Amino acid sequence: MAKKLRKRMSHKHTKRLKFYETQDSIFKYVAMSFTGIGIIVLGLLLFNVFSSGLSRIDWDFLTSFPSRRASSAGIFAAWTGTLWIMVLTTLIAFPIGVSAGIYMEEYNNKSKLSNIIEINISNLAGVPSIIYGLLGLEIFARAMGLGGSILTGALTLSLLILPIIIVSTRESLKTVPYSIREASYALGASKWQTIWAQVLPASLPGIVTGVILAISRAIGETAPLVVIGALTFVSFIPTSFTDEFTVLPIQIFNWVSRPQIEFTQNAAAAIIILLSITFIMNGIAVYLRYRWQKKVKW
Amino acid sequence: MKKSIVFLISAALLWSCGGSEKTKSTDSTAIVGGDIKIDGSSTVYPISEAFAEEFQKENNEVKVTVAVSGTGGGFKKFIRKEIDVTGASRPIKKSENEDAVKAGIEYYEIPVAYDGLAVVINPQNTWVDFLTVEELKKIWEPAAQGKIVKWNQIRPNWPNEEIHLFGAGTESGTFDYFTEAIVGESKACRGDYTASEDDNVLVQGVAGDKLALAFFGYAYYKENAPKLKIVPIDDKNDTNGKGAIAPNESSIIDGSYQPLSRPLFIYVNKASADRTEVSAFVNYALQNASILVPETGYVPLTSATYVLAKKRFDTKKTGSVFLQLESTVGVKLEDVLKVE
Repeated sequence: MAKKLRKRMSHKHTKRLKFYETQDSIFKYVAMSFTGIGIIVLGLLLFNVFSSGLSRIDWDFLTSFPSRRASSAGIFAAWTGTLWIMVLTTLIAFPIGVSAGIYMEEYNNKSKLSNIIEINISNLAGVPSIIYGLLGLEIFARAMGLGGSILTGALTLSLLILPIIIVSTRESLKTVPYSIREASYALGASKWQTIWAQVLPASLPGIVTGVILAISRAIGETAPLVVIGALTFVSFIPTSFTDEFTVLPIQIFNWVSRPQIEFTQNAAAAIIILLSITFIMNGIAVYLRYRWQKKVKW
Repeated sequence: MKKSIVFLISAALLWSCGGSEKTKSTDSTAIVGGDIKIDGSSTVYPISEAFAEEFQKENNEVKVTVAVSGTGGGFKKFIRKEIDVTGASRPIKKSENEDAVKAGIEYYEIPVAYDGLAVVINPQNTWVDFLTVEELKKIWEPAAQGKIVKWNQIRPNWPNEEIHLFGAGTESGTFDYFTEAIVGESKACRGDYTASEDDNVLVQGVAGDKLALAFFGYAYYKENAPKLKIVPIDDKNDTNGKGAIAPNESSIIDGSYQPLSRPLFIYVNKASADRTEVSAFVNYALQNASILVPETGYVPLTSATYVLAKKRFDTKKTGSVFLQLESTVGVKLEDVLKVE
């Protein structure tokens, strides 16, 4: 068919078509090689980290506190701190971020004020994380007197990821077709009933994915936590949210800058643990998305 | 049950570490409860960590925590009374001292160790046998920017090849001290060199570049000695050792490696030190520093200096001995502390 078509076309047209074909394939290979660069760099990074850190991971490494001797140092305080921060940040950021997203998408009328709010939220997503640290230091640690506690850290990181959660919530609410809402109204449902029973369940996979990805970002943050006064040497595990704490990225940062090569290996091992936590989180996000999407039937 | 396991593990650890690990405890009875908050310089951190780790082991009811905010950041928190102890890689500044006085804070100044700054080159560099302070100044002073770019500009018989400079970043205490000691003014330095706050990056830089010259903490040289070559420094002052002297434990400790060795301090809030756990910690630190400091890669002070420092602490002498001196370059701690 295509051959026939080509035969009928003038020589000039064939030439042009060929040019487009080569253009297309060149673009394809350029795009492919750039994708390759990303993957190769990630691969090198993983290889580097795993080859120097994997042998360091054992039960003792996970259950020991920091030490001046690299061989007996561990990340007990760091990973428990990261876990605390993760859970508390989710508890704070999830309801606030999702509610704000629902309000802005479903209730907010397009006014000047709402435009300003929208622009500001998008801007906030681009603010460097250390600025949030300074904000957290002044408001939570000093003005509210929470000090360098887990609560201060979680509140600060919640602020940091709120814009991301709000934006992703709105995006997934937008994917629910308007006809669903109209159908719900037509059956006599109120706005609240429509949102709660129709819109939210349909958009939940997207919302939860957004939240989990935001949390994965939060647990990799170092700068804002250093600013609010998170510690480096902690030889107890936090037992309440008013306790002081350290997290994995801070421990890694400290070990990387030590002169002894053994500490660098510890850092690599801690990086593997941090990566695993992030991978598990992302895995959960993918799984939930898959499961809940199957449930949605229109 | 849990406690006995912990005890067994720590006993086993102590056993496996052998005799070198005997630290002296201040008191036969452990202190009950309390918090000790330490912050400050990243250079002093490994030392604070070692003190905290061992002190914690003996007094497991006390919660000792260490954070890293840098020397300046540590003093700020210290003056806000947010912490009890701050580590400093330089003495307290006049302005910081004034702020402390305004906030009604008295403090103890306790020297804990020496840190040498090493000037290093690539092992393939065969021409540099030593450098004088004057030559280093010629290389690093602000006026050298863009002008001193070849080795033969430093000494005519050195090769006509580019010189590649690596050094500590401008935010670090190492940078402050090096510029003060070499150029004569803190923070006065050329800007066209490869700077990094992470000394390991500098080590990599010099190890892979035949034409490189760098300065960074002595501990980083010691850990990477096979990849690097140390440059002896001649300060043209024969009273503290003749000729060019390379940094090592003994030349740093006896003050002959000048002007690139500096004291490290911890500052303790006097009000905090009135608490039993804090004073016990300080005493513990001073009594065990000569064992613990070498393990962290730094050089301990002479035992006489530790005794002098302890005496100052015991007799509750507050304040800094360096406020009048303007600079710690070339200062011998023992002499300064004796005068007091």
